[in-house]
Amino acid sequence: MQPTRERPELLEIRGLTKGFPGVLALDHVDFTLHAGEIHGLLGENGAGKSTLIKVLTGVFRRDAGTVRLDGQEITARDPADALSLGIGTVYQEVNLLPNLSVAENLFIGRQPHRFGLVRTGEMRRRAAELLSGYGLAIDVANPLGSFSVAVQQIIAIARAVDLSAKVLILDEPTASLDAQEVESLFEILKGLKARGIGIVFVTHFLDQVYAVCDRITVLRNGRLVGSKPIAELPRIELVSMMLGRELADEALHRNQRPAVTGEPLVAFKNYGRRRLIEPFDLAVRPGEVVGLAGLLGSGRTETAKLIFGVERADSGQAFVDGKPVRIATPRDAARLRFGFTPEDRKTEGIVAELSIRENIVLALQAQRGWLHQIPRGKQEEIANRFIKLLDIRTPDAEKPIGLLSGGNQQKALLARWLATEPRFLILDEPTRGIDVGAHAEIIRLIERLCEDGLALLVISSELEEIASYSDRVVVLRDRRHVRELSGAEVSADTIMTTIASH
Amino acid sequence: MSSVIQASAPRTLPKGLPQVAALLIVFLVNWLVFRDFFALRLQDGRLFGSLIDVLNRGAPVAILALGMTLVIATRGIDLSVGAVMAIAGATAAALTAEGYPLPVALAAAAGVGLACGLWNGILVAVLEIQPFVATLILMVAGRGFAQLITEGQIITFVSDGFAAIGSGSFLMLPMAVMIALVMLLITHLVVRYTALGLFIEAIGANVRSSAYAGVGTKAVTIAVYMWCSLCAAIAGLIVTADIRGADANNAGLWLELDAILAVVVGGTSLFGGRFSLVLAVIGALIIQAMNTGILLSGYPPEYNLIVKAIVVLAVLLAQSPVLTAVRAVLRRKA
Repeated sequence: MQPTRERPELLEIRGLTKGFPGVLALDHVDFTLHAGEIHGLLGENGAGKSTLIKVLTGVFRRDAGTVRLDGQEITARDPADALSLGIGTVYQEVNLLPNLSVAENLFIGRQPHRFGLVRTGEMRRRAAELLSGYGLAIDVANPLGSFSVAVQQIIAIARAVDLSAKVLILDEPTASLDAQEVESLFEILKGLKARGIGIVFVTHFLDQVYAVCDRITVLRNGRLVGSKPIAELPRIELVSMMLGRELADEALHRNQRPAVTGEPLVAFKNYGRRRLIEPFDLAVRPGEVVGLAGLLGSGRTETAKLIFGVERADSGQAFVDGKPVRIATPRDAARLRFGFTPEDRKTEGIVAELSIRENIVLALQAQRGWLHQIPRGKQEEIANRFIKLLDIRTPDAEKPIGLLSGGNQQKALLARWLATEPRFLILDEPTRGIDVGAHAEIIRLIERLCEDGLALLVISSELEEIASYSDRVVVLRDRRHVRELSGAEVSADTIMTTIASH
Repeated sequence: MSSVIQASAPRTLPKGLPQVAALLIVFLVNWLVFRDFFALRLQDGRLFGSLIDVLNRGAPVAILALGMTLVIATRGIDLSVGAVMAIAGATAAALTAEGYPLPVALAAAAGVGLACGLWNGILVAVLEIQPFVATLILMVAGRGFAQLITEGQIITFVSDGFAAIGSGSFLMLPMAVMIALVMLLITHLVVRYTALGLFIEAIGANVRSSAYAGVGTKAVTIAVYMWCSLCAAIAGLIVTADIRGADANNAGLWLELDAILAVVVGGTSLFGGRFSLVLAVIGALIIQAMNTGILLSGYPPEYNLIVKAIVVLAVLLAQSPVLTAVRAVLRRKA
């Protein structure tokens, strides 16, 4: 354990505030980074982590607050300016130039030259020397893109540190690395820490947080929840800080329904994909709601995308009605009468430019094929029926769907699949980012669909919510299905302790 | 259809107004420099006059614009249409010169066109190469293929049937105009009376959401590139029939740019989504009317390019979302 408190304060953020139209992304956030410290920055979606980093590196202007580096007040104009001030950032998707050589990437803009000509040999020698300090013995003349993401990340780190970075921000650097790559990255981080560099480490993997961080700061909904040395922060407390709930004294759980019995409608055996989600078993019966719970990045969305054929499984087998089926594309899944409302409504769900009517009939039309156009009158009838049934608030069905509120967009996406009369619906965060009224309506709708005999798989970060409507809950951690809760075990508390256990 | 669109976007100009207005203004200017612009006369059962000339000369680009509209609506682009015109023209001319019957020559040209489109479509949809680069390959190589077919010569042929495609007439209108009208009608029916139009607009506006909804995005994209190349082959036949010979070097040269311009002037965004076939055809006519107007005015044709650029700029400015927003702000302040 490092005695971090005795080290000098390297980066001091006080009262940082940043608003966007309609939302306060950062609300008087304080953050302190010491030299020679690895500081985990954690929080669920929308907590404000990315905004904090972007304000710090000059991508966004702050509305209020101060940032001090080594006691000097600074304001970065843009990421290049931030780097020259001593704040380097390495993103999950490496933002270097894959078509240039490793050496050129390391020295771009500051190539050694003589008589106006770049001294390539000298540059390569220095690049190789620099990287050997990171345990990388690679041919620096090769293009950056020819190396693995892990190597590219180390190169990005080397570049940032070499450009006199005092503070190194790593934004989810491990998201696409395998275990061994993560291990070597951590070795490098520990080396940099020993050199007195302050490291901000953004990740969703709790095991990694505990493996490498000295201190943890948790944000939620743009506010600072707390900042503690790792030794004083048990897992359960960290999870409860992130999710914003305390362990309740009495376990709240759903009105007990008799367990759904019968043959599963859909079943997945040893179903998985390397680097995406560990192989899992999962079965859902008609009239049953199975919840997927876990922190962001735990593999919930990945499970949904694998099941719906957005990603292709590389192990295991899927079954519908007990018969083996192949699901290689969403089209295959839709043909099996699956439906899927994705978490990212804007980029994966709605077609913003098209009307509500067109969005609602899209999946049904795709199933019927291009030759069998649903007559215009029938389209309007379907759209209006669902607008009424789901209470989608819009003056008419011809309005572009992009102009609706989030809750109404979500209802229209549900309508898109309900119009196809699905047997199995996958709902990824159906209540995220929508107002309270619509929220309750969608939960009632989920319960109604379940009573109608649909099989439902629902992903949600709201533990109370997921415990209230699920017959069973699968808990995920670090891209694995770790435990399945059923019957009386289904409660927000059990889910939380399962997430936090290891 | 159009009334619905107007109802959903009451704050913007009625759809198509800038294009129709631009066409009328160009016609008006043509009339000012050449008072006989609107004069029509009937001779040998066919109409003649400057206006007919605009339609006739504009037909190949209008046909190209039909296919290009669909490609651009999927958020793609097809730079190879000029080269495909040359290939199709060379194929038909070579077969005709060797004595094959007309239907064989035409079918071969159409088949070659569809094959070119299949190639483009596979590069774009299956291999996921950026459309600009994917079609650039055929733009460059296609002219080479055409030259191989013609063996570097201009192949001339004697076939009244083939020549009629370029210079014949039907119902008093030049054959090329009739072909363009028929192609407009067929394309319209195919996209608006099946679900293809919806799929094309959905793919262009958000390909990911469309795929997640179960739309066969790859198949639709390939079909669209094939249709575009078929249109190019037909335009190539018209040009070839017109000069009764296949010139692999010059047939359709730079016409891909006119076709793209026609589509953009017609209001279809290069970012894909909503499209209008009729307005793209009007866009093609605007371009041709300007070409004709400059010829009639007696100005050197060099002015053509500059005037064209100015008119295109004006139409695009009228559609610019930024300027629309600025106008709205000014109105609020006033």
